[in-house]
Parts: sequence; C-alpha cells; structure tokens
Amino acid sequence: MNLSVQHLWVIPALPLLAAVIGALTPRRGRTLAAGAAIAAMVGAFVVSCLALHTALVDPAAKLVHNFAWFDLGSGVLRLGWLLDPLTAFMCVMVTFVGSLIFIFSLGYMKADANFKQFFCFLSLFAAAMLGLLVANSLLLLFICWELVGLASYLLIGFWFHKPSAAAAAKKAFITTRIGDLGLLLGLLWLYNSTGSLLFFDGGAGVLETAALGSLAGQITVGGLAVSTAIGLLIFCGAIGKSGQFPLHVWLPDAMEGPTPVSALIHAATMVAAGVFLIARVYPLMSADQALTEVPLHALTVVAFIGAITALMGACIAVAQNDIKRVLAFSTVSQLGYMMLALGVGSWVAAIFHLLTHAFFKALLFLGAGSVIHAAHHEQDIRRLGGLRGPMRVTFATFAIGMMALSGVPFLFSGVWSKEGILHAAHGWNISHLPLIAALIAVVLTAFYMTRLVAETFFGKARSHEADHAHENSAVMTVPLVILAVCAIALGFLGTPAFPWLQARLLGETEVHGHSLLEGGGLMMLSIVLVAVGLGGGWAIYGRKPRVAENSRDPLVTAAPGLMAALSARLGFDELYAATFGRLGNGLAALAHFLDQWVWGGAVGMLARFGEFIGIVNREADENGLNGGFDIVSERIRGSGRVYSRAQTGDAHGYLRWVAMGFVIIMLVVVLGGAR
Amino acid sequence: MSPLQLCLLLSSLLFCVGLVGALARSNTILVLLGVELMLNAANINFIAFWRYGPNPAAGTGVLFVLFAIAVAAAEAAVGLALVIAVYRHQKNIRLQEANRLKG
Amino acid sequence: MNLALILISVLILGSAAVALALRNLIHSALLFVGCWAGIAAFYLWAGAEFVAFAQVLIYVGAVSMVVLFAVLLTRQSDAAEPMNPDSFSRFMRALVAGGGVAGILVGAILGTPMDVSTAGPAPTLTVKEIGGQLMGPHAAALLIVGLLLTVALLGAVVIAAVDRPEKSEDAS
Repeated sequence: MNLSVQHLWVIPALPLLAAVIGALTPRRGRTLAAGAAIAAMVGAFVVSCLALHTALVDPAAKLVHNFAWFDLGSGVLRLGWLLDPLTAFMCVMVTFVGSLIFIFSLGYMKADANFKQFFCFLSLFAAAMLGLLVANSLLLLFICWELVGLASYLLIGFWFHKPSAAAAAKKAFITTRIGDLGLLLGLLWLYNSTGSLLFFDGGAGVLETAALGSLAGQITVGGLAVSTAIGLLIFCGAIGKSGQFPLHVWLPDAMEGPTPVSALIHAATMVAAGVFLIARVYPLMSADQALTEVPLHALTVVAFIGAITALMGACIAVAQNDIKRVLAFSTVSQLGYMMLALGVGSWVAAIFHLLTHAFFKALLFLGAGSVIHAAHHEQDIRRLGGLRGPMRVTFATFAIGMMALSGVPFLFSGVWSKEGILHAAHGWNISHLPLIAALIAVVLTAFYMTRLVAETFFGKARSHEADHAHENSAVMTVPLVILAVCAIALGFLGTPAFPWLQARLLGETEVHGHSLLEGGGLMMLSIVLVAVGLGGGWAIYGRKPRVAENSRDPLVTAAPGLMAALSARLGFDELYAATFGRLGNGLAALAHFLDQWVWGGAVGMLARFGEFIGIVNREADENGLNGGFDIVSERIRGSGRVYSRAQTGDAHGYLRWVAMGFVIIMLVVVLGGAR
Repeated sequence: MSPLQLCLLLSSLLFCVGLVGALARSNTILVLLGVELMLNAANINFIAFWRYGPNPAAGTGVLFVLFAIAVAAAEAAVGLALVIAVYRHQKNIRLQEANRLKG
Repeated sequence: MNLALILISVLILGSAAVALALRNLIHSALLFVGCWAGIAAFYLWAGAEFVAFAQVLIYVGAVSMVVLFAVLLTRQSDAAEPMNPDSFSRFMRALVAGGGVAGILVGAILGTPMDVSTAGPAPTLTVKEIGGQLMGPHAAALLIVGLLLTVALLGAVVIAAVDRPEKSEDAS
C-alpha cells in the first residue's frame, strides 16, 4: 500500500488535531487529551511508515505536490509537500521516538496538575516538527520552524512558577530568535534572487540546477558567491536551533523543562531541525564548491563551527554535576559532530548519526527521567549513587545508551554512525583540524559517560532520596526497553559493510558495501580512543566510588582552575551578559538620556512659550471681552439646564433612543411612501 | 434568493446582534465590541454592494472599507484606553455607573 | 456558492451572539476572534482578498490583542465575585429595540426588488490597483487617516497613562 504525496499533510495534521482536541478539553479530561495525543502519534507513525515504503520504491525520485496558497496581486505564493527518503526516514524516527516519549510522559507527569496542557503542547510540538519535515517550501519550513520555537518555549517553561524555568524558556526563545533572523534574511534574499521558495518544482525550484547555477554565478559583498551568503544566513538559523557554538547557551538551560520534554527537544525534534535544514538545502550549501576564486565556501564554515562545538560541548560535559546537564552538553557535542559531517561533505553520515543519536539520546534522557522520578526529583549525581540494585531495568537500558553514545564497537549503533563521520572528516582535503577535534571529543565522550554511569548507579546511595529509590512502573520502563533495542539494532542499517540506509538516502537502489578493513586504521584508532576514555573514566570514578555527597572530585583536585572554568560552562553566559546585556542596557540608558534632556527640553521650551501666550490671552480676556459674554453665557446656561434633563447619564438609554428613532423614521418613510 | 440579498441579510442580522449586545450588556468592553460588530456589519454591506454593484472595477467599496477598518482600529484603541481610565477611577467597568457627567 | 455563504453567515452570527451572551470575558474575546475571522472569510468569498487580509491583520491580530489586554487589566481582583447580573428588564428593552431595527431592515431587504440575481464573475481588483487608487484619487483621505491613527495612538496613551502622584517641578 502506498501513500500518495498529496496526502502527506496527514502526518503533521494528526498531532495538530490532537493538540486542538487537547486545547478544547476541560482540565479534567486527562484521559481524552493524553489518549488523543498518543493515538495521533501512533497514527502518524503508521502513515510515516507508508510514506517510507512509497519513498523507497524509487529512492532517487523527489515526489512533490505543490499548490497555490494565495494570490498576491499578479504573483502567486505556492507551498508544497515533498517526499523523498530523507523526509520519510526523519518522519518515521520522529513519530516513533515521539510515541515512546508520549507514553513515558503518562507515567512521568502523572501527578502534575497541568497534565492535559502538557499533552496539548507536546502534540503541537510534534505537529510543527513533522510539518517542517514534509515541507517543500522554505516558507512553509520557516513557519513550522517558528512553531517549533513557540512550542519549545511553552514546554521549557512548563513549570513556569519556577523562576529559573521561566527564565530558561525566555532564553531559549530569544537565543534561537537571533539565529532565526538570519534564516529569515536568507529566505528573503533567496526569494528576491530566484522568485521562488519551493525546493523542487519541476526544474524551477531553488534546489534545482537552474537556480543554483545562477546563484553560484553571482558575486556579492566580500567576493562571496550569492549562494554562499544565502547558505551562511540559513546556517545561522541552524546554529540557533541546533545549539551550535556560539548560540549553544540556551540548550543546557532548557533542562528546566520536564524530562520528557528534554528527551523530545534533544533527541527527536528541535535540535534535529537545524541539521535537517542544512541537509535539506544541501545542494544550495554546496553550490559554491566548484568555484575556486571565492574566499570562503559555506560548508567550510559549517565544518569548523561543528568541530568547535563538538570539542567544546564534550569538554564542558566533563565538569557538570547535574545528570541532565551532562546529557545536554553531550547533545551539544553530538550535534557538533553532525554539523561537522555536513561541513565535510557527507550529509548522509550526518543524517545517519542524527537518526541513531535520536534513539540513544532519547533513551538516555528517558533513563535520566526514570532516575529523577524514582529519586524524587534529585538530579545531582553527587547525591545519587548505588541505583544499580534497585533500578535494574533503568540501569541496563541506560548502560546500553551510554555505550551507544560512547561508541563501544560493533554491537551498538553509535559506533557505526560516528565512524562514518570520522571517515568523512578524514577524507576532507581542506584541513585536518576538525578530525583532530572530533577524535579528542571521542575520548572525552567515553570518559564523561563512564563518569555519569559510575556516579549514578555504582557505589553507595549518598542521599536519602537515592536510598529510597525503586524501579518505576511498566509505562515508563517499556519505552526504555524498546528504545534500547533500537539503539542496538539501528546501527546495522548502515554499517560500512552494508550501508543500506546511506544508499537509500543518496537515492541509489544498489548497496555497495566495502570491507571493514578499508580505512581500518582510523577505525582501530577510534576504538583505542574509546577504550582509553572508558578505562580512564572507570579508573577515576568507578574503582573508588565517591563516598559522600561532598567529597572532592579527583579531577578537581588535579586541575582546579580548569575544572572550575569548565563547570562554569567556560563563562559564555557571563560573557553574553557582560557584552550584549550591557550593550542593551547602555542603549536604553542613552535613549533615556535623550528622552529626558534633549526631547524633554525641547518640549519644555514649547510649553513655556504656550504658557506665555496663555498669560497674554487671559489678561486681554478678563479686562476686555468679559462683559458682553457674561449675558450670552447666562442664556446658554439656562437652556442647558432645560436640555440636561434628557442627559440621564445612561449610555444604554441613549443608544436605545437612537435605535428607536431609526425605527420610527423608517416607519414614517415607508408608511408615508406607501400612501 | 439572490446572493446580494443573503449578504444584506447577514449584515443586518449582524448589526442587530451587535445592537442587542451593546444595549443589553453592562460591561463596557462588551458594549464596545458590540459597536465594533455594527461597524463590521456596515463593512459587509459595502463589500456586498461593491461585489454586485454596477461598477465593481472602480473599487470604491473596497477603499471605503479599508478606511473604515483604519478608523475602527483607532476607535477600538481609544475606546479601550477609556475603559482602562474608567476602571482606574471607579474600580469596575459597568457602563451604567459611569454617569458623573449627567445633567 | 450560496451554501458557502450560508455556512460563513452561521459562523459569524453564531459566534457573535454567543460571545455577547457569555459571562466569561476571556471566552467571549476569543469567540470574537472567531467572528472576525469569519468576516474575513466572507471578504475572501466576495473576492476582496486585500480587505480580508486587512481584516485579519487588524481585527484578528491587533484589536483582539487590545481587547484581551483590556479584559486582563480591568479584571476584578476577586475573580470569584459574580458579576452583577444584567437586569432582565434592560435585556427585554434591548431585545425590543434590536428586534424593531431587525424587522425594519429585513422587511426592507426582502421587499426591495434586486435586479442582480445573476451574479457576474467576481471582479478582480489587484493590490496594485488598490495602491494606485489610494495614492492617486484618495491620497488626501489616506493622509488624514494616517493623521487620525497617530492622534488616536497618542490619545490612547494619554488617557490610559497613570498620573504621577507627585507633581514634578521641571517644565513639561
């Protein structure tokens, strides 16, 4: 059974319908709202599977359905749906992971008073994300992109009575908006240059040869090709949404939201949007690759930003003590990997890593949610510990997620996708710095994940909450188990020996595998690095578990300055507060000064002049004109007294008189005319 | 029944709904909104006569409606500012109590 | 053709009537949004796209926000206090007045022969033509409306602004 591309809108429409149902049900309707949300998500998953089946019939084809949105004078604004393997794989992933997260939320949010709103917002989030995936128009994509931002604002600030959550929501919204401005400018420029925003339109779309050729052929400021400039502006949007350096600051703070939200934002939807955007407009991003005389290629910037982000995120994650913040910075780092892969020219590796990462990071976040739920909202790993015994399922699944993320070889999915990225970075002929950064990040990733697991699950319970933790109900553990299975199995879709997924994404029907020994040196190196990270982490944190909540971290003893800087997240927040915050305050003070002294002074002068005229006027009035007017005004006052009896002060009465008067006049006219 | 008649019926019924609302409710905001509805009803009339009138190409009806919408926006802004000022003085916004200027 | 119009009319009239009858002001403000959106749909149906967009921007977007703000700013501190129920006699008088007007209008409409029973094709009026009209024959009106909006904005700010309790000495 195939899904016609005209009906692709069903995928985002189902969760949207659930969001509307959720919004309209009264607060008591918990079952209805949650049931609608989960049913819609599962339904969207089924439709996505059909779409995937359709897309894989001919992976190279771009199935599009464009339609006119509205006429604007002589022009027509057109939107459309697009179905290709990229869209289809992403939809399946989002709906599958989303369904599991929704089910997990049933247990996690059970006691929350705003349970119904939560599912309404989750559905809205999912609908916006799916709309973004199926869009065949940069405009439609942008609309959904902003809806994702809105829904993330609502969800991060879900516990808005906590000031930190409200501030985090505001920060996420404003920070991503900075990037979105770039995206909007890029969109406008693109429309101005090509007169279309459709990706594929039978030869006239912006991602097709004709438009790309003309865009790459023109030169703009600084000697850049127009396509480079537009690509970089669009990349600004991706930097904001995907938490890339230097706009990554919102992502760790987004941990203030409920944990299922963190899983949804960091695994399946919001951060994936940036990577997906770059992969979608990849022909535009790479249109300048053939040019030799331009100073900069768009993808070079992408690669370096990705490398910086990957390394920086991994470094900071080493020094965090909040279980969710460690995972947040690991997300920042993994997104850096994906951007790096996009930048070095292998968007397929990026999407493969995006898909595997979605599963194991959702697993890790839900596992963290399970721990937090069991330990009565204790998130500090220094106060956890010893959970291996009481929480067996959570421990086992979390360990699988941790090994997938660290890249433990052969069995887990993370290693295959990360291998693809390292391989692509190795083959990049511009610079080897990204590869080196990525390799260092491999060590650090294995290290901090080992630390996280050792501190949380091994040793002895270091607080009352951790001591009394026990395993959660099946509604929370079953999604964990399913995700754990996927975190293992998904890797085999894209091993180097049989890269089925990569081939389908590239539009090939044949799968050309090659031996594992090809490029085996790099693989051996990365396996050794993973082993170093795991071993180091175990040697420092696992062998001698932390004894008490306040005992010193061995690394802090070894390098106090460095760890303090890392645990303060390298001071980005302070830097932004000191620069951009100050700048804003300074501008406000300047405006205040201008207002009070310059404009205020001018207005004051005018007022003085008016006062002077008034004095002259009054003198003339009192001495010259008064006598005659007194008599007249007495008469007027008399008539006013008569008429004022009709002024009852009842505005309704006046209006009623107007209406009745109209009726009477009309009756007179009609009856008079008829006579 | 011709479409023009339907449009006119719509506009007159909307006008009367707004009128009854403005007359029956004591909340000043709702009275203002009732007046807005009456304005909208007038706009519907303009559009209907533009659409089915003898000379639609001139676009007079459309232009008139645009101006009416602009004026209505100004009216809403000032009206609601007045509501807020009244609320500040008498701590409620019941229209029948705002009668200090009566004769 | 007529069916769409009737559906739109039912939407407009229904949401307007319910909005004016509700006790909860937030709900009625939201229903007014629906009503105005319905009116925009009517403009679209009649072929006046530009007016429809103006209606959406100004009513659904701006006026509804102002109304919501006014509702929130003037909410009684004690939300549980029941609002003074509107008196029955006033409602009856309102119904009589409104019914009278409705009777006159409907009677006039149904009693007047309209010779445009056959609807011609929808007239096309592009944005460019509207712009030409606005900047050409109606330029003076456009300027006056701009001035009116400015004055209304300033007036609204002045009316709604809080008077400072202490009288400042500097000239202003």
